[in-house]
Amino acid sequence: MTAIQSRKRYFFYIPLVLMAIFYLIPIYIMLVTGFKSFAEVDLQTMWRLPQGIHFDNFVEAFTKLAPHLWNSIKLVIPAAIISSILGSLNGFVLARWKFPGADVIFPVLLFGMFIPYQSILIPLVQFMREINLYGGVWGLVLTHVIYGIPITTLTFRNYYATVPKELIESAKIDGASMMRTYFYILLPLSLPSFVVVLIWQFTSAWNDFLFAVVLTSPENWPITVALNNMAGSQIIAWNVQMAGSFIAAVPTLLVYIFLGRYFLRGLMSGALKG
Amino acid sequence: MQSRKDQLLGLALVSPSILAVLIFVYGFIAWSGRVSLSQWKGLMPDYTWAGLQNYIGLFTDPRFRIDIRNTVVFTVLFVGGCLVLGLTLAILLDQGLRGEGFFRSLYLFPMAISFIVTGVVWRWLMNPAQGSRISGLNLIFDQLGLDFLINKWHTTPEWGIAFIAIPAIWQMSGYTMALYLGGLRAIPESLREAARVDGASEFAMYRRIILPLLSPITLSAMIILGHISLKVFDLIVAVAGKQIPLDVPAIYMWTTTFDGNFYGRGASIGILLLLSVAVLVIPYLRYTLKNEAEL
Repeated sequence: MTAIQSRKRYFFYIPLVLMAIFYLIPIYIMLVTGFKSFAEVDLQTMWRLPQGIHFDNFVEAFTKLAPHLWNSIKLVIPAAIISSILGSLNGFVLARWKFPGADVIFPVLLFGMFIPYQSILIPLVQFMREINLYGGVWGLVLTHVIYGIPITTLTFRNYYATVPKELIESAKIDGASMMRTYFYILLPLSLPSFVVVLIWQFTSAWNDFLFAVVLTSPENWPITVALNNMAGSQIIAWNVQMAGSFIAAVPTLLVYIFLGRYFLRGLMSGALKG
Repeated sequence: MQSRKDQLLGLALVSPSILAVLIFVYGFIAWSGRVSLSQWKGLMPDYTWAGLQNYIGLFTDPRFRIDIRNTVVFTVLFVGGCLVLGLTLAILLDQGLRGEGFFRSLYLFPMAISFIVTGVVWRWLMNPAQGSRISGLNLIFDQLGLDFLINKWHTTPEWGIAFIAIPAIWQMSGYTMALYLGGLRAIPESLREAARVDGASEFAMYRRIILPLLSPITLSAMIILGHISLKVFDLIVAVAGKQIPLDVPAIYMWTTTFDGNFYGRGASIGILLLLSVAVLVIPYLRYTLKNEAEL
């Protein structure tokens, strides 16, 4: 507790509430616009509350975006699951086993998290063309899995490094092999890390635009590319764009609302990815 | 000591991933480097040696000069804005107020949203139309009598890029706040008490004691935000599409390569971006890893 008198502390709420309004403005405008009827929609009255609840905008946006939402789901689920399994196995081996060269691998992985993907984009496209995955969702899954290896591995590795050595040693004395130790001791312990990494990969794959726009053909566009395309077109009204934006934001927002604790931990542990 | 069998198994488990990173990160960087030194223009790969021609071309290219200038303006405002806002909010939230958790979650939620969604919404909030077609934030300013705030946002000549920093700050300032809040929580209460006993005012305590103790956090935040800023791409595309006044290296790379088929030039922009990020990130990683090793 600080020494500032309690009456004075009420003034702290003024900037806090003002900032809360700033952060909520975009959500407000998405929802308010989304629930208006087509007749009510007008840029000049965009801040007004809707008269009654209508779903015109959401229905219109959803019909336009549904195939792309489906593409995003097809992309995000395998990408998150494969990434987590790989990350867990890698993290386990790197945390428990000091093999020659382990000190080099760590920074090499770490730097891989930070690179601007523009510096690998041309070879990536050539490579995907070569193996016939260019244009489709699976090429994008593979991309997210590979470029997710550094962050997933490091998150798990940092977690496994905190597991007491005695636990592993005693398992070894009992004659458990490395894989038994992993499956029976470390894996159950690391369920929270799985949630962290799953959420992290889910969010970054769902929100990705750069890889998607370069690697997929229009029918396989995930939601971000489709939404951006919608926003750039002159034909689709701004109110439908707002509703579409909200639809695109809902999955990751839900994850944040219900699993925020884990989301935050991912943010802080990997501290560091943009 | 592990048995030999376990060691082999461990190696078998990690080597595919490590190999993948070596190829897809480092191998591809080398490949991009090679493309950047080639004459490749058009759909068919052409690795004819061009020396540094692409790089020299960029530094005499007026568009690339706009890109660098835009990146600098954007970075200064975005990083500066996030730091000031993040630190202020963290200090306010660290006062032990009721509802702290609620505000904290609220400030942080934009992190969960994609830059595309942010961009599309802010595109309408920053609608530059004026007069009878006024809308977005300008409309609010108009109705509140704050006419002097009405402006052309990202369509402002020359300084449009500065307004792109607003949605970017909206998205990332909460994250900066969380970093600072973590740092504040790690400062032992005894230190603050000691300062108060010595008669330091709250303000002096923050300036002389807390802020210097937070400087490692400021450094990390600057590096994380700075490297995001160098890579900024989707946000600008979603707010304004591809327009030269708002151009940045990441957008130039994208359009020149995949719309214009100037692969050699695109690759050299990619490599320059990588170098600028590396200059920022490598010393930081070395420092972080060294500290971790000492723990």
